[in-house]
Amino acid sequence: MELAFVIEKFVLITVIFSLSLVVAMYSTLAERKIAAFLQDRVGPNRAGWGGMFQPIADGAKLFFKEEIIPTDSSRFLFIVGPSLAILTACIGSAVIPWGQPMLIAGREINLQVTDINVGILYVFGIVSLGVYGIMIGGWASNNKFSLMGAIRAASQNISYEIPMGLSLIALLLVTNTLSLKEITEQQHGWHWNVLYQPLGFILFLVCSFAETNRTPFDLPECETELVGGYHTEYSSMKMGFYLFAEYINMFISSAVMTVLYFGGYNYPGMDLVNNILGPTWGPLIGVAVMFIKIFMFIFFFMWVRWTVPRFRYDQLMNLGWKILIPLAIANIVITGVWLTYVVK
Amino acid sequence: MSISLFYIIAFLSIIFSLLVIFSKNPIHSVLYLIVTFFTFTIHYILLNAQFLAIVNFIVYMGAIMVLFLFVLMLLNLNEDSEKSKSILIKVAGIIAGMCLVITLVASLKTLDASEPVILKTANLGLVKNLGKVLFKEFLFPFEVSSLLLFSAMVGAVLLAKKEIKSA
Repeated sequence: MELAFVIEKFVLITVIFSLSLVVAMYSTLAERKIAAFLQDRVGPNRAGWGGMFQPIADGAKLFFKEEIIPTDSSRFLFIVGPSLAILTACIGSAVIPWGQPMLIAGREINLQVTDINVGILYVFGIVSLGVYGIMIGGWASNNKFSLMGAIRAASQNISYEIPMGLSLIALLLVTNTLSLKEITEQQHGWHWNVLYQPLGFILFLVCSFAETNRTPFDLPECETELVGGYHTEYSSMKMGFYLFAEYINMFISSAVMTVLYFGGYNYPGMDLVNNILGPTWGPLIGVAVMFIKIFMFIFFFMWVRWTVPRFRYDQLMNLGWKILIPLAIANIVITGVWLTYVVK
Repeated sequence: MSISLFYIIAFLSIIFSLLVIFSKNPIHSVLYLIVTFFTFTIHYILLNAQFLAIVNFIVYMGAIMVLFLFVLMLLNLNEDSEKSKSILIKVAGIIAGMCLVITLVASLKTLDASEPVILKTANLGLVKNLGKVLFKEFLFPFEVSSLLLFSAMVGAVLLAKKEIKSA
């Protein structure tokens, strides 16, 4: 029994890990294809059918490039930076419920690596750690543009964590639990949290753009002012790690938004489908639905990137502190009043 | 299992906190401090205080240490920029340190031989129980401490504002 448990979790972790890597890999292709579509171009179409092997070619190229470590950098921290970035990007997926429990060979398998009772806070903690990879790498490069990028990343991350946390508090008032599994189960069918927390969802969405350093919040790597931002000095696969971490972060934050606000694996009419297909194949449809939602969020991330121009630094800070935080506090108050006087 | 894990983690916390003091580069000190806080998080988990663990993780590792690192990176301190301190400061430091050591040793001696702490309820540290205790039994001290934090925040804003006016 114990061994079966270990094997089950090991397989699950391996599958989720490789899935997030594959999704991140093909996100790079999707990003270029969507950019091409929005700008009326063709996009990468040489490697394989419709550019299918482009990410593999890119990865191989990065691996075979020369590795340069600047002489005046602090060597150890220069290597720690990208490693930390990719590590914090990967461990966020541990608490996300990917589907309903599945029945395989008479054994009920939870499609979630671990259900800790502070699940949301765990995700939040990992998100707040993500900035260390950028900061350490930017500082260790011993380059003023890298340092500027690192400092921008730190201040942006700290500023946008506050409205993100505040919008989560309003959500928690509705759900009454911190466990991601229970939050998903509460959204059975069409009772998605976005219907109860529309403002909270928009705030969370904006903050996730800022936390993943995506345009219009990509000031840490703003190429028109800072050369390449925090990864100016990086080359080869270390640079690849930084770029890759951004796409994994995008995938994980899409998954988190799906679970928190868009019902995770729930969809209208799921009971009927589960009854027809049985406990083995029914949950798989749920997993597919979850991934469709995640891909739609990833598409939204890219759509915004090629639509909205980058903010100026003071605009970024004004938006965070003077607009998002008051809105988030108002959201908490409205939710509290509504829950005490209307629902009761 | 749990005991041996505790000893390993305790050893690591002590090593890393010593490294905080002894490393010459302030940035390295802060990074060691972050690792030290991480070992504290593991201690909290071993005590089954999941909420405290995760709050320690978010607030100290994720927010306060980022600000520390932020400030130190801007200051760009290194081994050369550290001024040699006068003898008076060194003597004062030694005396203060000795006083602390004496207090610690004395307070440890008056205690009985330490017994392993046994939690009355193993689930005390879970969010639900912690919230109930904070908002029912200790509501007044909890609110007072929030007032304290608030006044610190207002003070900080006021200080920062004054500097802009004079400049």
